[in-house]
Amino acid sequence: MTEGAAWAILFLPLASFLVIALVIRPFLNRYDSLSGYVTILAIGAAFVLSLMALAEVASGKGEIGWAAHSWLVIGSLDISVGILMDPLTAIMLVVVSGVSLAVQIYSQGYMKGDSGYSRYFAFMSLFTASMLGLVLSRNIIQVYVFWELVGLSSYLLIGFWHDRPSAAAAAKKAFLVTRLGDVGFMLAILYLFFNREAFLSQGLNPFEIGHINLLAQGGELAGAQIVAMGSGVATWVALGIFAGAVGKSAQFPLHVWLPDAMEGPTPVSALIHAATMVVAGVFLVARFFPLFEASTTAMGVVAAIGAFTAFFAATMGLVMFDIKRVLAYSTVSQLGYMMLALGVGAYEAAIFHLFNHAFFKALLFLGSGSVNHATGTFDMRYMGGLRRHMPWTYITFLIAALSICGLFPLAGFWSKDEILVAAWNFGGGLGQVVFWLALVTAFMTAFYIFRALFMTFHGEFQGGVEAEHGGHNGGGHGVHLAESPMVMVLPMAVLAVLSIVSGFMANPLNSAWGLGVIPAHWFVDFLDHVELVSLHAAKFNLVMAALGTAVALAGIGLAYLMYYRRSVDPDDIAAGMGPGYTAAVHKYYFDNLYEDVVTRGLFYRGLALATDWIDRNIVDMAGTAIAWVGRNMGRAIGKLETGQVQAYGAGISAGLVLIVVVFVIWS
Amino acid sequence: MLSAIVFFPLISAGIILVLLRDARQIKVFALAVTVLELALAIAIFVVFRVEDYNVVDNMELVEDVSWIAALDIRYHLGVDGLSVPLVLLTALLGMCAAFASWSVTHRVKEYFVWLLVLQTAVTGVFVSLDAVLFFIFWELELLPMYFLISIWGSGRREYSAMKFIIFTLLGSAFMFVGILALYFSTGTFNLVELQGVEGARLLLPAGAIFAFLFIGFAVKLPVWPVHTWLPDAHTDAPTAVSVMLAGVLLKMGGYGMIRLAVGMFPGRAQEYAWLLAVLAIISVLYGAVVTIRQTDLKRLVAFSSISHMGYVLLGIASVVGAGGVVNAVGLTGAAMQMFTHGTITGLLFLVVGLVYEKAHTRHIPDMGGLASNMPVIAVVFLLAGLASLGLPGTSGFVSELLVFLGTFEVWGWITALAVFAIVLTAGYILWMLQRAFFGPQLPRFAGVGDTTALEAVPMVALVAAIMVVGVYPAVVSDVFALGLEPIVTSLQQGAVP
Repeated sequence: MTEGAAWAILFLPLASFLVIALVIRPFLNRYDSLSGYVTILAIGAAFVLSLMALAEVASGKGEIGWAAHSWLVIGSLDISVGILMDPLTAIMLVVVSGVSLAVQIYSQGYMKGDSGYSRYFAFMSLFTASMLGLVLSRNIIQVYVFWELVGLSSYLLIGFWHDRPSAAAAAKKAFLVTRLGDVGFMLAILYLFFNREAFLSQGLNPFEIGHINLLAQGGELAGAQIVAMGSGVATWVALGIFAGAVGKSAQFPLHVWLPDAMEGPTPVSALIHAATMVVAGVFLVARFFPLFEASTTAMGVVAAIGAFTAFFAATMGLVMFDIKRVLAYSTVSQLGYMMLALGVGAYEAAIFHLFNHAFFKALLFLGSGSVNHATGTFDMRYMGGLRRHMPWTYITFLIAALSICGLFPLAGFWSKDEILVAAWNFGGGLGQVVFWLALVTAFMTAFYIFRALFMTFHGEFQGGVEAEHGGHNGGGHGVHLAESPMVMVLPMAVLAVLSIVSGFMANPLNSAWGLGVIPAHWFVDFLDHVELVSLHAAKFNLVMAALGTAVALAGIGLAYLMYYRRSVDPDDIAAGMGPGYTAAVHKYYFDNLYEDVVTRGLFYRGLALATDWIDRNIVDMAGTAIAWVGRNMGRAIGKLETGQVQAYGAGISAGLVLIVVVFVIWS
Repeated sequence: MLSAIVFFPLISAGIILVLLRDARQIKVFALAVTVLELALAIAIFVVFRVEDYNVVDNMELVEDVSWIAALDIRYHLGVDGLSVPLVLLTALLGMCAAFASWSVTHRVKEYFVWLLVLQTAVTGVFVSLDAVLFFIFWELELLPMYFLISIWGSGRREYSAMKFIIFTLLGSAFMFVGILALYFSTGTFNLVELQGVEGARLLLPAGAIFAFLFIGFAVKLPVWPVHTWLPDAHTDAPTAVSVMLAGVLLKMGGYGMIRLAVGMFPGRAQEYAWLLAVLAIISVLYGAVVTIRQTDLKRLVAFSSISHMGYVLLGIASVVGAGGVVNAVGLTGAAMQMFTHGTITGLLFLVVGLVYEKAHTRHIPDMGGLASNMPVIAVVFLLAGLASLGLPGTSGFVSELLVFLGTFEVWGWITALAVFAIVLTAGYILWMLQRAFFGPQLPRFAGVGDTTALEAVPMVALVAAIMVVGVYPAVVSDVFALGLEPIVTSLQQGAVP
């Protein structure tokens, strides 16, 4: 593969964005289906190139090296751009372009007839391009650039229906909350430059990802021994980068934006949750993994935040009635899973889970969009019984649900198992806590996803959007109980197949089963070329697999009793939970804390009001006061100028006397 | 060539005054002049880059003739890397201002005469190498500004115009004392010869002269707490004048600060860098916090300028260096911030003007849903807003990044606070967009339309400038870095070990 072909992976979707924005939307808007075709063509081509890149990296089992290109040089500052093509990049490229391609094909059906059809595909192209650019970057500032562009694309797509106030608010919230994390990311970049001597003296560049990772661990480059940077430096840089990841991956305490991000069109959610925005955070930590490994503190923070988020978000997923919110909290929780895997050193397991999660989570969202297409609502209380009307949606949703639960032999099973094993093996107090949180999360995951499945597809139909809005249509499309069109079902079917088989990329039992085409642990070994000091991916552990499966089955069983057989009344359980239930329904009051108390109260009505008052009444008035003094002094002195010689004479005499008196006293 | 770019607008103003009568004729003529002026500026930029023409003491395109021989005041023009981009910026925004003035109907002839005189004055400031000439252009700029704001402005325009004049004059008084003190100490007004003059025997303490110069430029930049003229002047000025005021007039302050205050007194600048850094961070945070409370679209953009110009001062505060080394990054960032803020805020004022012209309101709570009425303006507003909040891919990111990178090693915690300000910036920009442009379409804006082709010209020009510098900043930053080299070298001698 040439460097030009690699760049094309980024520039094809980018060109699609520009063509739609500058040509199709202004001049050919009557033929807006063109926008969909251009996007699919561009992303399809990028997908093919990504597969080629993966094949090449896999066959060579390692990095393809290309030179960096100078972008901005000022004195000792040297920022370059270029492509880093290693196994992590290659896998991410395939995930991003593949899921995006499926989503774009589906979108042709879902967005049909929307007046912003061209704008939608323009933004989607930009979104995909930004994410691909992020994955390809070899320089931390280049990463930051695309990182922010991913955020911009999300902002544009979450606020896609900009005439809805809630969409505009959600878009702003997503951007601001993630930007709060980006402050940390930026400070990490600044801190790297601050410590540039350690890099420059050894012929390294403080912004090159490879050099940062190398200097974090120490090692050898072109025969020369590289002295590692202090672990203090590594800790601060890693924590700064992690702050950015916490924002983008919606980890506690910056998780609040993701559930609101549902305001965008559903295929956007599928893309955000599966392959772009939120996985960018996990990718970022993985990208700088050797740096994180150099700091026990940073790793501990990652593990703790990840495990807590996994648990905390899952509890909220248990009680939501909006199917997309259930899935949103599920994503937050699953991202926490990946983070905790990274934190305990299971780098490959985390990426493996990201890989599998991309398929089943995209599928779950596309399924929820398909359901919405038929019922007009996202509220599960007004759904029910849809399996008879939408068999394809039902089957694919079921497959995805089984996969996310981690049931053998679906994709989710393999990666969840590896994460649990890694957490167990990590040991120590932190390892214990992380492991048990992960296990409880697995139980809750199975419960909430099957709760959603039963409420949506089983039982009797509850009237859809018409029931929700008291008999009349809420302004959107009405109830139309039928399977979605082929263009929507097909991508779902493909993703369903992938949700089953993607786990075999790292199946430890492949050779035992005669599936020798893919070697056992292939995925893990492939990623492993990065020089890691951590424990390698754990071998298959039967006890752990059984435990994970039992926990998942228990969750499904409880959901079955409560929402299928209805032998246990959910309201009783809710009442039994008391304030805990109420708190979970209210998202633990984080929105109230952040929006009402901190932003509106303390900041807007407090600090900002006070500062504004000071500006008007003190700083500005000071100028006016000085002017007033000057003017009135002038007036007062002016009054003395009467034109009467006697008065002047009296003044002169008085002054003379005064001078004489002073002179006398002085001497 | 420099004489041409300085006096072409002035001569054209004379032609308008004497020869032209018809309003439309005047507008077309003025547009043509500013377009030609921009072409000339681009030509100068290119000549500067590819050839060394009339080089004297690091300055290119030098013109130097005696003017008032008795006092050794000379007609001395020249450019280096610091001034060439600013000349280009002036011409670019001058053109945009002329396009934005198409809808002016009141006393058209006078209006365009003053607008062109203004352009001559500002360009003159950036190319003068004689302190007296510099000061004359500096003061000349006040005249058209006063009339433009007080005659064609809105709101409390006379108050605002007067406030602007008094504040600036106060600053110039300090500056003039500084210049005279230098002249009577050294016998020269030559700005190039006066570089690094602090070592010479001076009539006043070097610190005092530095302070005089600094105050003069701080008012113009503006720096907290002498910023209060800015929101009033911006808000009440007509659109084109706001564009010029925010786009280039503020940059006279930053330019003077670097060329005169820092260039002549590198040691004093290093001594007082802590004060500069403190004032800078106050401007950045205080400006951003006050911006959030604004309900007038134009006033909001005006306050954001105070915050953004604080980054210029922050970049300048990096001159003290760290570990015995002064990096050129912070100063280059300050210069870049001047350039990018000029294009970005110029564009913001331009679109605010268009919105006001069409929707007849600037009161944000009265607005909403305008993205449906004016999609193109909304897109441009969004782009300008994103550039203002420093989104990568736009020029705003590059200059902020450079300021942060250059200053962090010198003023760590202060820079960290400044980085935090990017969240505040995003907050007020996005909240403003949300309130003004998003939400359901309002019936009261039923007949409100989008931009016309003529109005689109300056928007396209500025968007292009923002994107080009954002994607490949070296086009401008290399030039600035070249111009700042001598100053950085002189700073290096006094760097804190």
